[in-house]
Amino acid sequence: MAESFLIAGATLPDGSRADLLIEDGTLVEAGTSVSSVDATHVDADGLIALPGLVDLHTHLREPGYEQSETVLTGTRAAAAGGYTAVFAMANTSPVSDTAGVVEQVLSLGEAAGYATVRPIGAVTVGLGGERLAELGAMAASRAQVRVFSDDGFCVSDPLLMRRALEYVKAFDGVIAQHAQEPRLTRGAQMNEGALSGELGLAGWPAVAEESIIARDVLLAEHVGSRLHVCHVSTAGSVEVIRWAKSRGIRVTAEVTPHHLLLTEDLVRGYDARYKVNPPLRTREDAEALRAAVVDGTIDIVATDHAPHPAWAKDTEWDAAANGMVGLESALSVVHAALVADGRIDWADVARIMSAKPAEIGSLAGYADGLVVGAPANITLYDPEVTRSFSTEDLAGKGVNSPYLGLELPGRVLHTFHQGRRTVADGAVLDAAEVARA
Amino acid sequence: MRHLLSTKDLSRESAIGLLDVAEDMADVQNREVKKLPTLRGKTVVNLFFEDSTRTRISFEAAAKRLSADVINFSAKGSSVSKGESLKDTAQTLQAMGADGVVIRHQASGAPFTLATSGWIDAGVINAGDGMHEHPTQALLDAFTMRRRLHGDASRGKALDGVAVTIVGDILHSRVARSNVWLLTTLGAEVTLVAPPTLLPVDTSHWPVTVGYDLDAAIDEGVPDVLMMLRIQGERMRASFFPNEREYSRTWGLDDERLARLAGDTIVMHPGPMNRGLEISAAAADSPRSTVREQVANGVSIRMAALYLLLAGEEEN
Repeated sequence: MAESFLIAGATLPDGSRADLLIEDGTLVEAGTSVSSVDATHVDADGLIALPGLVDLHTHLREPGYEQSETVLTGTRAAAAGGYTAVFAMANTSPVSDTAGVVEQVLSLGEAAGYATVRPIGAVTVGLGGERLAELGAMAASRAQVRVFSDDGFCVSDPLLMRRALEYVKAFDGVIAQHAQEPRLTRGAQMNEGALSGELGLAGWPAVAEESIIARDVLLAEHVGSRLHVCHVSTAGSVEVIRWAKSRGIRVTAEVTPHHLLLTEDLVRGYDARYKVNPPLRTREDAEALRAAVVDGTIDIVATDHAPHPAWAKDTEWDAAANGMVGLESALSVVHAALVADGRIDWADVARIMSAKPAEIGSLAGYADGLVVGAPANITLYDPEVTRSFSTEDLAGKGVNSPYLGLELPGRVLHTFHQGRRTVADGAVLDAAEVARA
Repeated sequence: MRHLLSTKDLSRESAIGLLDVAEDMADVQNREVKKLPTLRGKTVVNLFFEDSTRTRISFEAAAKRLSADVINFSAKGSSVSKGESLKDTAQTLQAMGADGVVIRHQASGAPFTLATSGWIDAGVINAGDGMHEHPTQALLDAFTMRRRLHGDASRGKALDGVAVTIVGDILHSRVARSNVWLLTTLGAEVTLVAPPTLLPVDTSHWPVTVGYDLDAAIDEGVPDVLMMLRIQGERMRASFFPNEREYSRTWGLDDERLARLAGDTIVMHPGPMNRGLEISAAAADSPRSTVREQVANGVSIRMAALYLLLAGEEEN
């Protein structure tokens, strides 16, 4: 029989105080003066209890790129960051474009036990952008794929994008688009603007993202499909999405923690830790993204956790890989960017980092948050501490974090995935302890 | 001076100081024995990831005239072409005891990364990085202007009020960037003239005037210096402009424009030139042209830079 836990004196997202009793993987009681003889007692005085976080945009790298990350190490990073579910991007090797590969990723996640792993299927065969992958087979597989993305590449062919949007309606799927006009971004190295001109780095213009989003929302409107926009990074993209939503187009959007907090000025020293796609943008863009989260134009925060081996970043800028790890730091970064100055509260955090991403990805068990009867996916967060973020805080293979050395607020102290503890007192539990029998 | 990576972070005082040391080096060039013993026992590595015979031999001549040992490390035919990283290469040079590294790299920022990574202790001179900077080219250009304007009385002088118009592919040009920062630091008034496609998308923070009209720049701007940049054929194929004829007609220094230049305007070109494209043969070979002086002055400037990096510390 699974271990029971009594979480005592936690502060819920709405600000109220409650004890939470976990038995058999389920939240069975929530209220004041809950008691249990058998349960392991967890003192949550001063801690915020959030529903387990859900990341709609994670690169777990397995199969194929195990030197960067594996399903096991990536979900350890997820647990460390308070996540209990991650959607694994399709740019693996072989690409996750068949039922066989997505079922393999699903199984690896189940075996590891740190978090629920929901594979994302590729939209096109081999991410090649030429013909549709077996979307129906992936949807019907044991992995029940509902989110499809060629992330890393844009489905730039408008006809193929239309077909994909239409086709996934058969099983209420969603196309998650990496919006990047390829011809406008050939060889691009950083945000195009005054700074790229000075540094002599080839520019990645905002219009290359905005023009694809504009096209895609119109396509989604035309065929009545669901569109999700990955890692929105510019003020102009926010305007386009706001307009689309006002027209009733079924579009959702995500922003990464790094685009909320960091700006292109960091590129000035050519430190490849800050190289990411889409690139860090201007102060004005970051402010527009924060405002868009506050007003709901942007629905969710997703990490785009992108681990790389050290050598891929320890090089000249042009040769360095794009991407940053983000699972372990995401909650603290959202805290710093939006909660610290009171623009959103913890209930909003629960919505944008748990309930809504689960809804977009058709993941059950997260719709109502911490309610009795729901699967016990719970994160206990200490909002009062401040830490100098370091490699000690990272739990995956990648150390390519842009936050190393920065002061970040808060810390995840305990994570429960389906009633099992994955993080205790700030330490990720051993793989053998977490793995299912 | 620990490294020479860009002109943007060069102060007016240190820029003039470097130009003055180059004057001393130029004096040595006029002696019968052109060699100084200053860097005897020091090793300078020319680390060229991009082909550039002209710049490499200029640095090689400069180092040899200061009695340094010179190692030429070219990416072609070396382990670099087999995928060896910049870091591995740098650590190899460190192990060999390089005192100075002159680096030419196709990636903007590579010299900065080399100098700040901790991979190597050597002083680093940027000999051109991507579309970023080419500081010794700008210094030799400033040196050439100063000599044309002030002759033997150049020492200590800046370029206050000198009108410099730079024409051509500004977008991709490290020479243009280094000149913009250095010349304005020295007090010059810089105008950039180019097709709109070959200008960076936002130059509002640059201390320059930007225009598209070469005729207006010549007739109304009355430049003291007209600097023509090399235009590369691949730009035409990527639709930055329709064809060579139209470029040459609109932004080239042809004979007709040459004839309209004010009496003392000088014509510069960093080389290698496309005669008949951005500059006519007559303009290149006219008495206004400083093209050959630029080459000679390049050795003096590079001697000064190597001297300040590798010998300067002990003497100061």
